[in-house]
Amino acid sequence: MASWKMGLLAAAAATAIGATGARADVEIEYWQYFFEARVKAMDELIARFEAQNPGITVKQTHFPYADYRTKVAAAIPAGEGPDVVQLFYGWLNDYVAADLIQPLPADRFAPAAIEANYYPMVQAMKIDGAYWALPTAVRSLALFYNKRLLEAAGITAPAATLDELVAHAGKLAVVDGAGNVSTVGVTTGMTAQDHHWLREVLIRQFGGAPYSDDNRTVTYDSDAGRAALAWYTGLEKEHGVTRAGFMDEPQAAFRAGRAGYHIDGSFRLGALAGERGLDWGVTELPAGPDGSRSNYASYWVNAITSKAAGEEFEAAAKFMEFITSDEAMQLWLEVVGELPAKPAAAGTSAEDPVYGPFIRGLAYGHATVFADETAQRQVFVDMVNRVLLEGASVADSLAAAAVAEQAILDRYHAASK
Amino acid sequence: MTAASEALLRADAAGRRRAGLGAALRWLLLFAGGLAMVAPLAYMLATSLKYPFEVFNLNLVPEEPTLDNYREVLLDRRFGWWFFNSFLVASLTTVSNLFWDALVGYTLAKFRFRFRQVVFVAVLSTLMIPTEMLVIPWYLMSQQFGWLNSYWGIMFPGLMTAFGVFLMRQFFQTVPDDFLEAARIDGLNEFLIWWRVAMPLVRPALAALAIFVFLGNWTAFIWPLIVTNDQTMYTLPVGLTTFSVEQSVQWEMIMTGAAVSVLPTLVVFLVFQRFIIRGVVMAGLKG
Amino acid sequence: MTRRPALTVRQKQVAWAWGFLAVPVAFYVVIRFYPTAQAFVLAFLDWNLLGSRSWAGLGNFARLWADPTFWKVFRNTFVYLLIGTPVSLLLAFTVAFHLDRVRFMHGTIRALYFLPFMTSAVAMAWVWRWFYQPVPIGLFNNALASFGIPQLRFLNSTTNALPAILAPAIWAGLGFQIIIFMAGLRAIPKSFLEAARIDGLSGWATLTRITLPLMKPTIVFLVVFTSIGFLRIFDHVFNMTTADPGGPLNASKPLVLMIYQTAFSSYDMGYAAAQTVVLFVVLLAVSLAQLWLMRDRP
Repeated sequence: MASWKMGLLAAAAATAIGATGARADVEIEYWQYFFEARVKAMDELIARFEAQNPGITVKQTHFPYADYRTKVAAAIPAGEGPDVVQLFYGWLNDYVAADLIQPLPADRFAPAAIEANYYPMVQAMKIDGAYWALPTAVRSLALFYNKRLLEAAGITAPAATLDELVAHAGKLAVVDGAGNVSTVGVTTGMTAQDHHWLREVLIRQFGGAPYSDDNRTVTYDSDAGRAALAWYTGLEKEHGVTRAGFMDEPQAAFRAGRAGYHIDGSFRLGALAGERGLDWGVTELPAGPDGSRSNYASYWVNAITSKAAGEEFEAAAKFMEFITSDEAMQLWLEVVGELPAKPAAAGTSAEDPVYGPFIRGLAYGHATVFADETAQRQVFVDMVNRVLLEGASVADSLAAAAVAEQAILDRYHAASK
Repeated sequence: MTAASEALLRADAAGRRRAGLGAALRWLLLFAGGLAMVAPLAYMLATSLKYPFEVFNLNLVPEEPTLDNYREVLLDRRFGWWFFNSFLVASLTTVSNLFWDALVGYTLAKFRFRFRQVVFVAVLSTLMIPTEMLVIPWYLMSQQFGWLNSYWGIMFPGLMTAFGVFLMRQFFQTVPDDFLEAARIDGLNEFLIWWRVAMPLVRPALAALAIFVFLGNWTAFIWPLIVTNDQTMYTLPVGLTTFSVEQSVQWEMIMTGAAVSVLPTLVVFLVFQRFIIRGVVMAGLKG
Repeated sequence: MTRRPALTVRQKQVAWAWGFLAVPVAFYVVIRFYPTAQAFVLAFLDWNLLGSRSWAGLGNFARLWADPTFWKVFRNTFVYLLIGTPVSLLLAFTVAFHLDRVRFMHGTIRALYFLPFMTSAVAMAWVWRWFYQPVPIGLFNNALASFGIPQLRFLNSTTNALPAILAPAIWAGLGFQIIIFMAGLRAIPKSFLEAARIDGLSGWATLTRITLPLMKPTIVFLVVFTSIGFLRIFDHVFNMTTADPGGPLNASKPLVLMIYQTAFSSYDMGYAAAQTVVLFVVLLAVSLAQLWLMRDRP
């Protein structure tokens, strides 16, 4: 059925081009979401790959980011779709449980070699001894700061610890006589990156862990969890140095020069580089009360779908190998500005003033193993809202969140059994 | 002329003066309300004329106005395609709806037959399922029939709408039966009675329906997104979402796209609104 | 020609009617009813869209009954309906009634009221979101502050978010309702109003005794259709609360948004289908009740 369709497609394509001579032996399809730099980088990678592998053509299709999941969700059950697909690492379990993707062939992707070469958090892509997907690039979080505002407040070095962050933010926040904030010391917004910061960074820095080792049990309803949530909500409730949702989005406030500090991912670098009139710097996430560091790392991965078989599977595997090569990672860094997934792959050093803090963060980064990323994010958003908007106590709100998130995990693991 | 009628005339003149004042006040209030209605659109225009660094200031007059965004949108070849696709799909769908919705609405309003109410409620019930739930069955259907990524695929779910049927049924109910009866006596068949007699009488409603169907398809999002694969098959709203990327949105581009996409709908509105008025004038002449 | 028996004319009429309806009925059955039936069957299945389906019986409905979010969302949906429908229809009728009597710049003013309806919902939602921001950038709060009134939290509030989202929804739909009302007003034969004036009926009496009764089909349409619109509200909520859809804390979440999230972000199709069935029943009940209450009484 599928091959009949493919044949038809190929025939249609051939007639459309009017080409009788150079016909591709195998065509595979690649899907990713639309982002100009990513599409451009992938076009370039495909061109190089096709030059190295005559007889294989790769067709790239892309969809608007906001609806990528919706689109994939509609296409997959119909058996339509790509041979190689890009997905967020957090969706891997969904895709595996549904037989949407297949393991990478061990002859080309030996687990031992992957573990030796990639950042450790990529091991989240290993299920039952085999790797199912691999990233080209990875991201982490760091602390951005507005140099002019810091200078004006007499701060000479950016905050290196959470205590310093609170102290600096107090100096940076501008509150008028009526109590209205016109500049925040540090941006906050659970719907942006803060839910990662709280989950994987603050809870760990206050001595806890968000989940059990097998990722099936919520473990943050603890003293550490309470301390972390109290510290985070204290920024607004106690110290008054921030307002949740100030200027709609944290990044908007930072870009408009109305925030001293801002926590964001390496993917923000592109937008900030083009921002006029903003003099910014970036440093590692502040260390915790005991000096410990943590980070949230995430990545998009590519995987071979279960649709690919025979020749197409071979071609897809070759393509996967190419887009995870050092060459591809180097190109990705140059065109998209995302960090290579192998520490040794590219010529950026941990000392680079811009990439450095992110690269150093990767060394101690944690990638959350999500069961339902959106729902789990919502649990954290609601947890903070209960404290900030409804005046719930930190302990109660945290306990409620733990129950809600545990229910999501339980439901997921019951279904995938 | 009697004294009584003179008194009446004087009262009429005073009334007219009072009415004149009232009319001026009415006009002023309506106009002010209209301006308030378009205030948010002024911000849309303002943002479309800004550089990114200024987007997050809510000043109405840009400090450094620029047409760069318009240049970028209009010179993007894809934009031409999106515009053309939207226009084609919206126009064809409008024609289909004008014909079929009016026919069904007329049948439900003017014929007496068994299951008439059942048919009406059944059609109406299609308004009660959110499109989001139909998208997956439609997708499977399109895949089976090879409609994916085609104009027909984008259009087919909207070729007839319960909204149009309901609207037309309501308006055909206001058409007096005598007119139709007279035509029947003249020997016209039922189709011609509908087409030649009834349809011209509901022209304002048809114009309204045309505007709404066109707009509805011009701004339709979820289904065109699902059914199209190539960027050259996107409709305008789907294409515009390529300006919102992971973790951030290019608002100045969204606003520019929105401003540009309002223009054709405004033209359609102005064209059809003339029909509304003409329809009224004709009805007035006849009545 | 001899006069045909009435029965034959009747039968011919019926034949014509079904002839007119043949193609549309086929269309609705294939394109609308069949997928709807599929969705209804799904409500009794467990299906995560990507995996296999299994029979769930009434499990999805039991889960819905026990889900506090559902009840919150259910309440919100009715708040949208009960505030949105009367407020928007009263506003629209008032504007349409007066606009109908205005000649000077009539077309321009009408276009002003209609423009919001034509504009991209995504773009407009963003503008409104900015209007609602706290100072220094929010338009409304800056206005309040200049009068010395303390700031209001609009969107970031569990009590104010819903009305703050309802306002632009009403705003965007007003033009549509005004146009329909005006078409209805225009459909009233001038001679009726003329007669009322000659009879010396007051403006109010003309309105309540002539205009409104004659506009009944228009009113029925708008009441039913607007109610369906508010019960199915989605776009405005989704676009106004993109980062925390339906939030904060589900304070503004309507049923369709819950369905959308269940289906396309949790991939929980069976559960989403069960919610769809509930929505369908609610919508059908409300619409039929309205049609029945406003039916033509002999």
